[in-house]
Amino acid sequence: MAEGAIFRIAGLGKSFGPNDVLRGVAMELRAGEVTVLMGANGAGKSTLVKIMSGIHQADRGVMMLADAPFLPATPAEAMRAGVVTVHQNINDGVVGALDVATNLVLDRLNDTGRGIFFNPRRVRREAADVAARMGLRLDLSADVTELPLADRQMVAIARAMAHEPKVMILDEPTSSLSANEAARLFDLIDRLRARGVAILYISHRMSDIRRLADRIFSLRDGQIVGRFEEKPLDYEGAVNAMLGRNLGRSGIASRAASRPIFSAEGLLISPAGRPFSLTLGAGEVVAVTGLVGVGKTRLAETLYGIHAPLGGTMQLDGSVYRPKAPAEAIARGVFLVAKDRAQTGIVLDFNIYENMSLPFLPRFSHFGVARRRAERAKAREQIKDLKIVCRSERDDLATLSGGNQQKVTVARWLSQPSRLLILDEPFQGVDIAARHDIAAKLRESAADRATLLFLTELDEALETADRILVMSEHTIVGEHRSAEVDMERLLADVAGRGIGDAA
Amino acid sequence: MSSDLVGKPVTEAQPSGAARLSLRELAIRYGFLLLLAGLIVFFSLATRGFASPQAAVFILQSVSITGILALGVTATMVVGGFDLSIGSIATSAMMAAAYVMVVMEQNALVAVLVCLAIGALVGLINGLIICYMRVPDLLATLGMMFLLIGLQRIPTEGRSIAAGMTMPDGSTAAGTFSANFLALGRHRFDFFIPDLVPASVVVLIVLAVLIWFFLEYTRFGRMMYAVGSNARAAEFAGAPVKAYKIWAYVISGIFSSIGGILLAARLGRGDIASGNNLLLDAVAAALIGFAVLGAAKPNAFGTAIGALFVGVLLQGLTMMNVPYYTQDFVKGAVLVIALVFTFSLLGRNAR
Repeated sequence: MAEGAIFRIAGLGKSFGPNDVLRGVAMELRAGEVTVLMGANGAGKSTLVKIMSGIHQADRGVMMLADAPFLPATPAEAMRAGVVTVHQNINDGVVGALDVATNLVLDRLNDTGRGIFFNPRRVRREAADVAARMGLRLDLSADVTELPLADRQMVAIARAMAHEPKVMILDEPTSSLSANEAARLFDLIDRLRARGVAILYISHRMSDIRRLADRIFSLRDGQIVGRFEEKPLDYEGAVNAMLGRNLGRSGIASRAASRPIFSAEGLLISPAGRPFSLTLGAGEVVAVTGLVGVGKTRLAETLYGIHAPLGGTMQLDGSVYRPKAPAEAIARGVFLVAKDRAQTGIVLDFNIYENMSLPFLPRFSHFGVARRRAERAKAREQIKDLKIVCRSERDDLATLSGGNQQKVTVARWLSQPSRLLILDEPFQGVDIAARHDIAAKLRESAADRATLLFLTELDEALETADRILVMSEHTIVGEHRSAEVDMERLLADVAGRGIGDAA
Repeated sequence: MSSDLVGKPVTEAQPSGAARLSLRELAIRYGFLLLLAGLIVFFSLATRGFASPQAAVFILQSVSITGILALGVTATMVVGGFDLSIGSIATSAMMAAAYVMVVMEQNALVAVLVCLAIGALVGLINGLIICYMRVPDLLATLGMMFLLIGLQRIPTEGRSIAAGMTMPDGSTAAGTFSANFLALGRHRFDFFIPDLVPASVVVLIVLAVLIWFFLEYTRFGRMMYAVGSNARAAEFAGAPVKAYKIWAYVISGIFSSIGGILLAARLGRGDIASGNNLLLDAVAAALIGFAVLGAAKPNAFGTAIGALFVGVLLQGLTMMNVPYYTQDFVKGAVLVIALVFTFSLLGRNAR
């Protein structure tokens, strides 16, 4: 056992039915350090977090908190013992209908012996206290719903800190934050570290990990398969351990577009932007990158007919393209893999083949009656093609892991030939292995269409695209070829050439 | 609001691995059907005459009108909505049929067409209010229910309508219910036994098969389920979401008016006091249907079984001399049990 560890896990096991999710996890967390836990989707991260925070109980093994056994039966018990968790979904951490002050002291309102009446002044006073200790500068009387996501996240963390925890678990806290917001979160984490909290940080984002990690544990198939504790940390080693294979950075040979498929002239997508032009050719994969909130999703949805452009003209295959609804875009062969699959992509109650055929039901129907056999055959083909892990094409989407759900959404739009395939943040919440599968499939099938990716992560853009366009303030401001990219110029474009604040 | 009714909790992905259905899964899938079969066997043994074609037909007849309304409201539940106006659409249609024949002296065909038009129109208005005025479904249809209950009394100044009734101006209504119209409620078809199956039962069965096929096997039905489960995803997949929702309310309105036509034909008059229980009975049948075959979502087959279940139970209890005033209690208890079954057992088992 490691010296000075405040939290120790040994031999932790958990099974769901016949499925061993955790198979003897051993791990320790030290006070005042950030321990990063990396793992592919389905490696057992969520289960481990749930056991540590008292949602699930372990089948085997021990957990020790400050040399005393730690066996929380409920989340409240874990919290009282000093292990707090900030979950991935930010809105689970705050109550939208209440103001910041009440949110900050929400847990204490449940304390026994608290009295029945709600004293707003006392709440405000306690909240100001909590906020001050965390260095949080927020309007305490504001409604939480008025705050940007990052501030809500801070409120959730500050509230968790009010318990004076010994261990704090942060489950993918930056997955919906912009780079600026993430930077503020990192400052807060630095303060927690300085105060001696042991932090378990779970993330997919290499930039987060490089910024924060004191130690890295790699989890694969329910076991810790790699420990990286000596500085400088071996980040590539950690990734390889987590994946169990050596991915290596695939050098992309930029392909040149043969003939234009889609073009836009003087396109204006928002009153805040300027008109710009855009040409996409057959066979090329183009990535649009830029900070969060610069209009990437707006552009994607404009091309797909959800928003009407404010100005300019679009051409597809040499004729005017002005879709008024997604149905029209689909009919012309313009498909969108939309951002945030849970909201805009998948139907959770449907199974895999029903999800895949959803936009194309008319093509799978005779006189309005759906031909299930054809749907299923198509789905089986796609499952094989994209290596989707499932029992059969009749599995409900709810049974699949996040990465496989995303593969289903992508497979849906690859199942039919398209002219322009648009993918908005297709790698969000997807592990690196699934990302490589999807990217490889995209490049392999790109020959007869134009492919447009919207990606916030520069690394993802460099890894998958032939050409990179940079967006800033609802306008395309720069163009780069992946093969001969000048990183300095690219970053300057992303930062809006000194207009906005740099990432 | 009502989307809570169809939402089922989603737990973490855990491939169950077992190819064979476990006992628990079997119980969830077939439990309700087994219970129905058990009830039928029990009543057949415990009472005399329950196990006869006549009794079976009587049960079907007793649930035909609520069953038809329940199938309509199922369509609105599928798109994630709800229709509280079904009962009042049915009674409005009943009053309209009586008014058209008795006061306006028209024939059966005109009466039926007027009723269907009323149902379609009210459904359309419901849909438009919900989709374009953004009024929540429960509130919009609650308002419409209120409006219709009042509206159906205005033409006759609150009187029931029957042949030979006195009109508000003192004259006597000259028209009568046409024989063809009454046949809808009273004619019986031969089925092995002469004069066995009433027309209303035939209508119920035909509509049940139609809506079941529509929801399960056509692309329109599939899209309606997609709209109900994730409207934004359906929109991004190119579906005209508002049109699907409006159509669901139109279907509900038309089914309700068909229920009203059968009610008028059975009663032979436009009775302002009838049809009070239609809404609750129909909604109960549709909700009990969630538990059938472990569907945990609105479905036409379940709705039909739900209506049948209530019918069997009430008929059996009546034949065992259980007093009539316990009926609502029994229905309520069945509903509560079915809902607990759906949301606790199915919810926990929903992977």
